[in-house]
Amino acid sequence: MSLLEIKNLKKSFDDNVVLKDISLKVERGEVLAIIGPSGSGKSTLLRCITDLEEEDSGEIKFNGTFGLVFQNFNLFPHHSVMKNITNAPIRVQKRDKDEVYDHARMLLAQMGLEDKEDAYPCELSGGQQQRVSIARALAMNPDILFFDEPTSALDPELTGEILTVIKDLAAMKMTMVIVTHEMAFARNVADAIIFMDGGVIVEQGTPEEVFSSDNPRMKDFLGKFYD
Amino acid sequence: MILSNVIAQLLNGMVTSIEIFLLTLLFSLPLGLAIAGGRMSKFAPLRWLMKIYISIMRGTPLMLQLIVVFFAPYYVFGMTLSPDYRFIAVIIAFTINYAAYFAEIYRGGIESINSGQYEAAQVLGYSRLETFFIIIMPQVFKVILPSVTNEVITLVKDTSLSFVIAIPEMFTVAKQIAAADASISALLVAGVFYYVFNIIVAFVMEHLEHRLDYYE
Repeated sequence: MSLLEIKNLKKSFDDNVVLKDISLKVERGEVLAIIGPSGSGKSTLLRCITDLEEEDSGEIKFNGTFGLVFQNFNLFPHHSVMKNITNAPIRVQKRDKDEVYDHARMLLAQMGLEDKEDAYPCELSGGQQQRVSIARALAMNPDILFFDEPTSALDPELTGEILTVIKDLAAMKMTMVIVTHEMAFARNVADAIIFMDGGVIVEQGTPEEVFSSDNPRMKDFLGKFYD
Repeated sequence: MILSNVIAQLLNGMVTSIEIFLLTLLFSLPLGLAIAGGRMSKFAPLRWLMKIYISIMRGTPLMLQLIVVFFAPYYVFGMTLSPDYRFIAVIIAFTINYAAYFAEIYRGGIESINSGQYEAAQVLGYSRLETFFIIIMPQVFKVILPSVTNEVITLVKDTSLSFVIAIPEMFTVAKQIAAADASISALLVAGVFYYVFNIIVAFVMEHLEHRLDYYE
């Protein structure tokens, strides 16, 4: 059974049909990248899966827990880095405090932020904040991690550090669904790629299949990146 | 009257003024939050009721509200109330008036919080109540503190309006002494009292603001 299975998902905002008929599957350990032009419905799809939006119809079958990394980090500014990461596992998951703190320190080390546990988000760079938000999501031990354009709010020179972190997670067989505009990254890291346009999945398959597709919309979209 | 006597008499009045001040804050700050909740409710009738309430409280003089709260039970409902009601009426009138102002301050603060904060909390599994008290309200307090300081300083001075229903607070006492002595010295002393009171209030609020400076 797939970890995540979506069937015939539809979503409109008033008269604007954003998701027309989306079906997809994500297997455990798989990294799926969702690409496509702005307004193609990628983020809305992610927001429906994570319950931030309610779908109009369709089925989302999900056998596990998830974490979500936002484009704008959405760290809690009044909590220290440590509290941002540990508060939900302790309060919501009722886990042992010492265990959660050990887990958080391990995650911070993994993110290269072991010296930042007492810092506040405003004292960190955008890339550091995004790494904290990834650690915050991972601290909940999710079965799958969703990324909503995780580098779009970052300066180009900070993008690389986030992509490296995601690449490391992929090497550790973390199941991930990543909405991204980083084409080269998607091609290198993803096991599967979905190209969306106008609320439908235009192309899907392995990176080789999708990037060598003859579909005119796909070619047109990729052309904008490589011209 | 000698100055030391004036000050001694005013001090009694001042205790009453401080009581009005503290009790008003004690009741109006939580009540304002509840009103703000109603004002932002998805249930339209409640939202409108709160909107009208706030509009009336902000749109009519506090002095008039004091008189209405004090006299309405007798003239409208024919109730005879104990002499204690005079002080209770002051607290009720100040509380319902200031709660309306605080409600609008809370609302502004709550609406200023980015929706991403709610979304992050939801994804992490916080309940709505936890989200409000752990994530949203601490940030709201920091945002609204300067506006609250303004209201609190105004409240110190507004306590003097209680003279209209003859509460023996500081201003009432000062006016009586001034009339009896045919001298304004008591009023000047009262002025100094209000000013010092507000310097202390400003100092305390500044200290609070400073304590919330640990993040931007």
